[in-house]
Amino acid sequence: MKDGPYAVEMKDIVIRFPGVLANDNVNLTLKPGEIHALLGENGAGKSTLMNVLSGLYKQTSGTIKVQGEEVNFNSPRDAIDKGIGMVHQHFMLVPVQTVTENILIGLDTPKFYMNMNKLDEQIVTLQEKFGLQVDPKALIWQLSVGEQQRVEILKTLYRGADILILDEPTAVLAPQEIDEFMLTMRSLVDQGKSIIFISHKLQEVEEVADRITVLRKGVVTAEGIEIAGLDRRKLAQLMVGRDVIFSVAKSEQEPGDVVLSVRDLKAENNKGVPALRGVSLEVRAGETLGIAGVSGNGQSELAECITGLREAQGSVKIGGEELVNAHPMKAIKANVSHIPEDRTHVGTAPNLSITDNTIMKCYRTAPIGNGVTVNRSNARTYARELKESYDILAPGVSTLARKLSGGNLQKVILAREISSDPNLIVAVQPTRGLDVGAIEAVQRVLLAQREAGTAILLISEELEELFTLSDRIAVIFEGEIMGTVDPRDADVDTIGLMMTGTRLEDIQKGVEAQA
Amino acid sequence: MNLPFDIRFEKRSEDNAWWLPAATSLGAVVVAFIVSGIILKLIGGQPLVVGKFFWEATFGSWATISDTLVKATPLILVGLACSVAFKMKLWNIGAEGQFYMGAFFASLVVLVPIVPLDSPKIVIIGSMMIMGMIGGAIWGFFPGFLKAKFNVNEIITTLMLNYVAILWNNFWIFDRWSDGGFQMTPTFVKSAWLPRLADYARQYKAFSGITLHLGVIIGFAAAILVWWIFSRSRWGYEIKLIGDNPKAARYAGLNISRNIILVMMFSGALAGLAGMSEISGVVHRLQERISPGYGFTGIIIAWLAKLDPFAVIVVSILFGALIVAGREIQPSGLAQLLQGIILFMVISSDVLLRYKIRIVRTQPATA
Amino acid sequence: MNLEIILHAGLATGTILLFATIGELITERSGIINLGVEGMMLVGAMMGFSVSLSTGNPWLGVLAAMFAAGILGLAHGLVTIHFQADQVVSGLALTFLGTGLALVLGEGLTGKNPPLLPEFTIPGLSSIPFIGPVFFTDLSILVYIGYIFIPLVWFYIYKTRPGMHLRAIGEKPEAADTLGVNVYRLRYFYVFVGACLAGLAGVTISLAVSPGWYSAQTTSGQGWIAIGLVIFAQWNPLRAAFGAYLFGALQRGILDLQGPAVLLGFANPLFINSNWGFFLKMMPYLLVILALVIGSRTAIKKHIGAPAALGIPYIRGERGL
Repeated sequence: MKDGPYAVEMKDIVIRFPGVLANDNVNLTLKPGEIHALLGENGAGKSTLMNVLSGLYKQTSGTIKVQGEEVNFNSPRDAIDKGIGMVHQHFMLVPVQTVTENILIGLDTPKFYMNMNKLDEQIVTLQEKFGLQVDPKALIWQLSVGEQQRVEILKTLYRGADILILDEPTAVLAPQEIDEFMLTMRSLVDQGKSIIFISHKLQEVEEVADRITVLRKGVVTAEGIEIAGLDRRKLAQLMVGRDVIFSVAKSEQEPGDVVLSVRDLKAENNKGVPALRGVSLEVRAGETLGIAGVSGNGQSELAECITGLREAQGSVKIGGEELVNAHPMKAIKANVSHIPEDRTHVGTAPNLSITDNTIMKCYRTAPIGNGVTVNRSNARTYARELKESYDILAPGVSTLARKLSGGNLQKVILAREISSDPNLIVAVQPTRGLDVGAIEAVQRVLLAQREAGTAILLISEELEELFTLSDRIAVIFEGEIMGTVDPRDADVDTIGLMMTGTRLEDIQKGVEAQA
Repeated sequence: MNLPFDIRFEKRSEDNAWWLPAATSLGAVVVAFIVSGIILKLIGGQPLVVGKFFWEATFGSWATISDTLVKATPLILVGLACSVAFKMKLWNIGAEGQFYMGAFFASLVVLVPIVPLDSPKIVIIGSMMIMGMIGGAIWGFFPGFLKAKFNVNEIITTLMLNYVAILWNNFWIFDRWSDGGFQMTPTFVKSAWLPRLADYARQYKAFSGITLHLGVIIGFAAAILVWWIFSRSRWGYEIKLIGDNPKAARYAGLNISRNIILVMMFSGALAGLAGMSEISGVVHRLQERISPGYGFTGIIIAWLAKLDPFAVIVVSILFGALIVAGREIQPSGLAQLLQGIILFMVISSDVLLRYKIRIVRTQPATA
Repeated sequence: MNLEIILHAGLATGTILLFATIGELITERSGIINLGVEGMMLVGAMMGFSVSLSTGNPWLGVLAAMFAAGILGLAHGLVTIHFQADQVVSGLALTFLGTGLALVLGEGLTGKNPPLLPEFTIPGLSSIPFIGPVFFTDLSILVYIGYIFIPLVWFYIYKTRPGMHLRAIGEKPEAADTLGVNVYRLRYFYVFVGACLAGLAGVTISLAVSPGWYSAQTTSGQGWIAIGLVIFAQWNPLRAAFGAYLFGALQRGILDLQGPAVLLGFANPLFINSNWGFFLKMMPYLLVILALVIGSRTAIKKHIGAPAALGIPYIRGERGL
């Protein structure tokens, strides 16, 4: 690390969207030649902050200085001109084109004829300089995720980036690729680059970062502290917060028989990377099992495997019946309700009315239907009742789903899923995007279901919510359960440590997990 | 040149008024007529004269109304066929081929014959209807199966099968069933003719020469059936859901592959019924060119009617009128041109259902 | 049934398919599907014929044909790119529109004899045994243009920057957009180009290969075959050329198969009963279906296939600026 002006200095940054304060007076500094980690849970505001730095958004107030000079970005191009390059979590690569082609898209030279061999050589030279080897002639889809990431980094380097922003770079990498990636970052810094990388994985941050800034709910809880001598426990606390939540509303009750039994579940995500590496858990009637963890550690896949939307190996038994890899209809028939993570693309049909969306699960049974016909007026009455009780804001039940706000859409899904009186509810991020009143209403409903004897698998990013609603909390990290605790005894620090990769036994032994 | 105002498209946020889709379709038709009139003027025609002639040729007398309805009959059925498929976002461009196969299968009843030719009329007609639907359903099955199992693009497969169906028909009418070397089968026995109003000319003088046949009732009945399926039946709800969001449909437990095949078969069956209705009610034989492109017109009709079965009837009558008038109007391609302009205007006007047009002043009004 | 004659005639018919197929291929590569090819070809055929008749210059006819078809293409672009309407239906509307326009404006052209495009033999090359008489003798100038056209298109798509951008916007427009490529403008351009080529295909019929104006019969489905051929060609111009000439020869060969009394040593069933020829005529269409089925299965394995963004309107995501 050299001395001199900061490579990047963000001062008093406020980013406000309609109804949301994403960043509240955030300060961030990046020294030249350092690796600076930006830590925080989902929704903490890290990506938003970096989107401003890379020119995608504009801050509401606050200043940004690059290499000591104040800047005003109006588009990503402006940021690129100042030497800032961002590698997003979701790659922007054309699968059927080569590495070289992807790197060269959008540039002005060469203007017409592309001598691919010569250009490939140029790319190889660039690669060797930074230690980012990828076959320039390879097509993107042939590459591993780690290699694709290298292409994204090369894109920024080719355009002269000195400051690199990497958004959750290891989120999609396999363990071996992560090691290589760490070396890459070091090598880039040795070449004079400065890096900000966004992460929630403490282990990696410890390994490679020089300084850390921690964001929690849009506010900086630790600014630019040195890594050396840092207590991991303290870090987890900074990320996740000190609030200890007492669940007053929840009644004591004895759980009944096992409703959901998952044994050694293994599955891959859409990119072919293992997302579940042997998950086992049980949920009993009248019990809520909360699954805590930062988004992207296998929760979505877990829910999909249980409800028949994803292939898996292992066992998923619901009410004693083996339902792994069964068609979603079988899960529905086994009285499983699924509140999906993606409410617009999976949970609802955007161009159908609220009525049509509410009867999606019960249109075959009385009084809505009898297997042949659907009684429209009964359906409308049903929809109206649900609209009332769940306080769904819309002109009427004939309103099309795509006109509804996110929160109201979620209410439609909840109304539908919960009123079908299920044995098991799989709820994935059920209160995401809802306002306080709606959140409370949803939580009350889930508690009521629990009291009525329903088994609930609650997957949530909100620790408060998990504490309020769950009887037990299991923490998932990189496709494995790190441990299960009772919210009455456990403290947030332990959970925070599990969420960032330490197993419960190791915490209890007082030993920190090895890399 | 800087205009003092800006035209902006804004996404609509509230519900559309119930009359908006009908209004945009109607508006599109009106604009299309105007545009065609302009084109006609440009090439030296007389739009108003043509317009008056158009009215007389189509709705001017009972006889012409009958002609219009006769032409509308197969259109209703094909329009319904396309509506059913489009409801599930299946692009059935093969209604034409399904029409021909329906006609072929229906002819089998008479030409094989499948039922004795002295059976009561209702038996023969009934069998022809069933066979017509089977023929169309089979022709819809193939592309449906290929799509469900191999995700093969149904636009191309249905399209290609159109040509195959026509050639298949040609073989039989040029060869096996040829009537004395002419490219058509012998005329069907009377009991294979759909009853026409003209049949009752003896009892009701007014009916003499009126060729309106039972097919139109079949068309209305089919429209009622499709309406019932769409709005009251379980299957119709499932079709709607799959068409709008297959992922949500799968999440709700529906079997998408099976429904693709069923819907294509149902769509084909309706088109096949149209074929049967044409040969039994109008030409009374199997011949070449029983369809002047009904299958393609059906696509326009379905889109213009916004997939509503009763609107399909209305639009079919309009297009039936176009065909009747088009027979005599010079220049001869005008009917098709009009159809094209109408469809084009309709899809352009669809944008108004999703966006409002706002005219915003960008410069203050000068004193 | 002379192979040389079939190939020779096939080249001429194939050139029609060549221009139409490559035109649609280019459009689809950019992410837009244009089902209006048949109508655009007809408009091209008519405009070319008509302008050649009135100006006496067949080349003006060619230009007029391409331009007229191109305008229709722009209409398709406007509706699909700006209004985000469904591309399938818009294309169909343009087929009707194009056909209707061609029939209406072409009223009275039947039987006329405008100056046609020249046909000639290439000296020297035409003396090469077998290849000479087939490929370089007595063919329309458009056929020869077709020969040169193929490698040029291939070069453009795979070896130039604009070609690289073309491929990118059809596969992953977001990737190109975030790097500063104007996806909308490029798509308009390529829809126009594809339509122009469809117009060229049309005028190839009316002023070269099958001179004359026969109303709707002029194109008789060639446009639809071209669309199927694009899929058969897996969006590759060399395969498209192969497919175009193959189908051209096939269509001619089918005619010829019906002629001789003896075929391959056996009594020719088609000679005895020419009506069996109808089944033969089905072959091209069934083959396209077969090609699609095979294509769908290998595409998944080999990661080839339709441009990933084909048929999906590109809507730039929300930017907070």
